[in-house]
Amino acid sequence: MKLLGLNPIATPVKHPTVQPRYSIHSAVVNSVLRRLTAGFVVALIWCAARAGDLTVFAAASLSDALKEIAVIYEKQSGDRVVFNFGASSVLARQIEEGAPADIFFSADEAKMDGLEKLGLILKETRRSRLSNSLVIVVAADSPLQVPSAHDLAGDKVKRIALADPKAVPAGVYARAYLEKARLWPAVERKIVPTENVRAALAAVESGNVDAGIVYKTDARISRKVRVTCEVKPEEGPPISYPMAVVKESSRIEAGKRFVRHLDSGEAGRVFEKYGFIVRKQR
Amino acid sequence: MMSAEDWQIVWFTAWVSALSTLVILPFGLAAGLLLARRDWPSKSGVETILSLPLVMPPVATGLILLKLLGRRGALGGFLHDTLHLDIVFTWLAVLVSLSVMSFPLLVRSVRVAFEEVNPRLEQIARTLGASDLRVFWAITMPLAARGIIAGMILAFARALGEFGATIMVAGNIPGQTSTLSLAIFQSVQLGQDSHAFRLLAVSVVLAFAAVWASEYLARRKRAPL
Repeated sequence: MKLLGLNPIATPVKHPTVQPRYSIHSAVVNSVLRRLTAGFVVALIWCAARAGDLTVFAAASLSDALKEIAVIYEKQSGDRVVFNFGASSVLARQIEEGAPADIFFSADEAKMDGLEKLGLILKETRRSRLSNSLVIVVAADSPLQVPSAHDLAGDKVKRIALADPKAVPAGVYARAYLEKARLWPAVERKIVPTENVRAALAAVESGNVDAGIVYKTDARISRKVRVTCEVKPEEGPPISYPMAVVKESSRIEAGKRFVRHLDSGEAGRVFEKYGFIVRKQR
Repeated sequence: MMSAEDWQIVWFTAWVSALSTLVILPFGLAAGLLLARRDWPSKSGVETILSLPLVMPPVATGLILLKLLGRRGALGGFLHDTLHLDIVFTWLAVLVSLSVMSFPLLVRSVRVAFEEVNPRLEQIARTLGASDLRVFWAITMPLAARGIIAGMILAFARALGEFGATIMVAGNIPGQTSTLSLAIFQSVQLGQDSHAFRLLAVSVVLAFAAVWASEYLARRKRAPL
């Protein structure tokens, strides 16, 4: 009697003498191959048709306002706009690595500066008119009262969701605000860093954290959170949203058109509707 | 080189993976034994459910765990209300997601290990008067031990690399829930490639050791009985 060598995943072959023989008719193979090829060609054509789309890499906090603006813009211009929303820090990294972006719309100047230094954006297309403010939120049904940031340091608040304060703009702003208020050392251990600001919002909504700091515009689109404290502009860091056309873009002209539209009064009104601050044109 | 925080990440990842392997061991042994030795009408259904975490996207498994263990979830809500115990975003969440994700691998290995034990040897022991329990400990377990250990190493290795479910339930909290995979992902996103490479080197060493140990145990003596 001999023990077989153990292969932890495969089931042991009980009857080594019986070799399974699969005879697949070659016509079947051919037909499958033909279908695969046809599918592949269709996919290629589909991709080619999509190449005309304008790809916008934008901060997660902009998602609702931008989607609304794009719907109208698509009708007016005939250009199709597709978005990649995420933390600006992540998007900037992706553009650095050669991701096919036509426009970058960041939630802070630092990320755009980084790309400009690397020569990855068209300097002359860069502009920033949008601003935002920070708010402290708790879940809508939470009994917690957090009328000021000092209450975040108290015992009742055990976990605070922020976009990653090391990199993601919303988190960097929130951290700057807490540092300015000399509260950072007291709250640092309570921070739950998230992928982007919307993930911080979701963490508060789910009740898995006690409080969070997000943009006012994020709090406004959610019915599941309650704003307990609005950070006054002079207390927080200056928040600014720059946008620019990406140098490697294959659709620079269309990109410039959309940036101009985003800078227009028409788009400004939509941004204001969502709670953004639109600075007057210089 | 490696900072104190880096070593904390490596150490945390290693021990929480080891702990998860130990936690699932009794359940894995029971499930593996049942699947190897018993037949019942819904067996294939049970097999499918046990394999799900292996086949489903880890993030999907993570979502299920998040909904279950969150403060508003069925289990998480109960634990929060009765024991004031929060799981989501704590190290316990890391332990749970690693356990769930590596469980199917352990069960599969254990099952194969038990199936390979020749039932005749057990029958012979019984004819010599051994009780069922004694047969199990004196014959079945020693013969299956190698496969079980290989399965444990496989489960441990799976736990070391787990990412998708962990980031959903445990987040990536520095010094608390950050594991090797999460830390590597974050360093790359922050553009700290050299930091990522250092952690990468550690995970290569860990992975190499785990696979080598598993191969060694699987190949060692195939002595005829």
